[in-house]
Amino acid sequence: MYQYILKRVLLTIPTLLGAAALVFLLMRLIPGDICLVRLGSGGASFDPKALIACHKEIGVDRPILVQFLEFIWGIIRFDFGTSMWSGKPVSTEILARLPISVEIALLATTVAVGIAIPLGTISALKQNTWIDVAVRIFAIGGIATPSFWLGIVSVLLVLDITSWVSGTPWMPPIDYVPIWKDPIRNLSMAILPAITVGYRYAAVSMRMTRSAMLEVMREDYVRTARAKGLINKLIINRHALKNALLPVVTLIGIEFAFLIGGLVVTEQVFNLNGVGRLFVQAVQNQDYTLTQALVMLTVAVFVFTNLAVDLLYGWLDPRIHFA
Amino acid sequence: MRRILLAGLLAIAPTAPFAAEAGKHGGTLTYMIPADAPPSFDGHREATFATIHSVAPFYSVLLRINPDNPSSADDYVCDLCTEIPKPTDAGKTWTFRIRDDVKWHDGTTLTAADVAASWNAIVFPVPGVLSARASIYSMVETIVAPDAHTVVFRLKFATSAFLPALGDAFAFIYKAETLAKDPHWYERNILGSGPFKFAGYELGQSIKGERNPDYYHKGLPYLDGFIGIYAPKESTRVEAIRGNRAALEFRGLPPSAVDQLLKAGGDKITVQTSDWNCVNNLTINHKRKPFDDVRVRRALALAIDQWKGAPPLSKVTTIRTVGGIVFPGSPLAATKDELQQIAGFWPDIEKSRTEARRLLKEAGAEGLTFEMVVRNVDQPYKYTANWVIDEWSKIGVKVSQKVVPTGPWFEAMRGGTFDVVSESACQSNINPLLDVQKFLPTNISPQNYNQYEDAAQNEMYEKILHETDPAKQRALMRQFEIYTLDTAAHALVLVWWNRIVPMQSTVKGWKISPSHFVNQDLGTVWLDQ
Repeated sequence: MYQYILKRVLLTIPTLLGAAALVFLLMRLIPGDICLVRLGSGGASFDPKALIACHKEIGVDRPILVQFLEFIWGIIRFDFGTSMWSGKPVSTEILARLPISVEIALLATTVAVGIAIPLGTISALKQNTWIDVAVRIFAIGGIATPSFWLGIVSVLLVLDITSWVSGTPWMPPIDYVPIWKDPIRNLSMAILPAITVGYRYAAVSMRMTRSAMLEVMREDYVRTARAKGLINKLIINRHALKNALLPVVTLIGIEFAFLIGGLVVTEQVFNLNGVGRLFVQAVQNQDYTLTQALVMLTVAVFVFTNLAVDLLYGWLDPRIHFA
Repeated sequence: MRRILLAGLLAIAPTAPFAAEAGKHGGTLTYMIPADAPPSFDGHREATFATIHSVAPFYSVLLRINPDNPSSADDYVCDLCTEIPKPTDAGKTWTFRIRDDVKWHDGTTLTAADVAASWNAIVFPVPGVLSARASIYSMVETIVAPDAHTVVFRLKFATSAFLPALGDAFAFIYKAETLAKDPHWYERNILGSGPFKFAGYELGQSIKGERNPDYYHKGLPYLDGFIGIYAPKESTRVEAIRGNRAALEFRGLPPSAVDQLLKAGGDKITVQTSDWNCVNNLTINHKRKPFDDVRVRRALALAIDQWKGAPPLSKVTTIRTVGGIVFPGSPLAATKDELQQIAGFWPDIEKSRTEARRLLKEAGAEGLTFEMVVRNVDQPYKYTANWVIDEWSKIGVKVSQKVVPTGPWFEAMRGGTFDVVSESACQSNINPLLDVQKFLPTNISPQNYNQYEDAAQNEMYEKILHETDPAKQRALMRQFEIYTLDTAAHALVLVWWNRIVPMQSTVKGWKISPSHFVNQDLGTVWLDQ
């Protein structure tokens, strides 16, 4: 088991280096200039000498190979340098945004799991009844509805309803306060994005739970359990659901990894100062160092989430052994 | 739109009682900053309004546009100086007396040495330090502080562009001692002498200030503090104003968003409007055929009916006023009659288009097709691009548009890899003598991406810059404008922008100006609650 984990961790090194080389090259293929964006995007006049000084300051006037070697050397030392845009350490930029992204990801996952597993299971057990149809409609609605649209509509609904009820429109806060400082303000800000993101996430997981349950319920060991007279509740909880959860856990893992950094539009809609919004800013501003670091973060989250999911398999299905 | 106009008139028209209304102390103003957080806090090095809207309340400046009359083009008043001086030495020496009651937020006294050091950092940046607007101070020879209360600017030549240039909203006064120790210190730290003290910054999210009790303009500021929240998405900002999470945003919203707020908020929302010192212009690549032919460039200008296009466009976009290369509210701007003599502004559009077709035929460019590069920003770039493409189709010119993000858009302009680009020029306080530098030849003004050289045009400009008599200056500006837009048809300017700022009606004491860079120190703002 430990050897397996070590092997998987070591395998992440070439994965990360490959991703690093790819993102480094791709960023430089995009036409543009961070200094021009910085000095000229507002349409105001600027001194041409300032442009040259800016190039020199952030080091983009050096040969590409030197920049690449410096980047790789930084990765080896876990030093991603400073943001070309703000001049602040990349780690400071990311760490400031990580809490809100992680919180939304955790809350959305809670919403998704809380909805998907019970409803998916019920839908499978009540196959082709009105309950199954209702759950499937709910799931298809979640898949078909873009989170950002749902986000905008939910805020407008809150505004309209509060205005109608109390005469004064209210909307969730738009600036983040950590949960340990002000839990009510924090949750009032986080709950709507968590629900809007969690709904789509739940819909996908619900469909996966339903189809996995349908498959497992037709397995021989379930039939055997029935034949030996086990009550339905035990068959479902002890034998069927645990096995059906294998693909669901994989999906939840991938979705969770996606949420850290992938909530690009939702974070804009709710004005969340998260990693997704930072990603957009970094690409728009052509901030090479920050974009590279964010891609590396995303790759690392995916790699380690997949590792955690693989390890969970062993607990869910004792037949799986790690060698 | 009618609603906006009415609300705008209600907000702007009764200026006298508005100004007379006594301010109330107290309260915290929360406003939106319609951008991501600025790259740094240093006004000398940055060019984005996000820096101004974040940190202007912390800083003093030497002089500024009168906060009670910010729509004026030339009503400059002292902030740190005691009075606007009369220049000596045939207009080449300006001696400013500095107030002696100004304290830095750390309690030490601000002196003329600080003012001189800050201005030297702006005009003559040391190697390795960025000063975004150093080139506009080309007339300055030296800046010295002979004593603790005097700053002297000596110029190479007298010019009326100098005083407005001193009123630049980015020209924050920094502490000389700090600048000497580390010229980069102000990029990440804040220490000023303005109406508010720095109270906190949440990276990428918000900035906070608290009242400076030692502020030298007695009785100000009114607010106990402020919170500026960064919100690049328009719908979030509109919802936040409606939902009482913020009182306003200072940059300006398009008419549809303002209508939405007025519909939901009724009399709880007031609106201020102003012509905006920003103009859309079409940049034509002179190095590409057939745009190297002045007849083709003139034809493109003649095809566009700006007089008919502006009113309907103003209902859906942030553009409104037809003008030439000078801000329409400025004394140096062309009158409507003068403008109507220039190609692209003729009152008879049929005559204009007939001439355009003739010019194209003469130049052998009938049935011209080309690509226009458009910045991927809705307001107003995409709207104006669609409009002019439609206008050009009326003389048989077929244009496709290529919409690209800001980075590639700049790259295309700088690299000259375009036929025509839709861009804009957005300036700070109104200073036409410097603002028109955008239209100088590329070898003189690298931010003019038209890719041409023209010594005659530059010579005309130098004459205007050195002329101090207003009447003669105006006449020279007319010649320059006719040459630039018509004779040589180097540039094609479209409609000027319209700034519309809706706010909760509890916000008082702030008056709109033609620039979103100006009048942002919040010293006079108060809350009626």
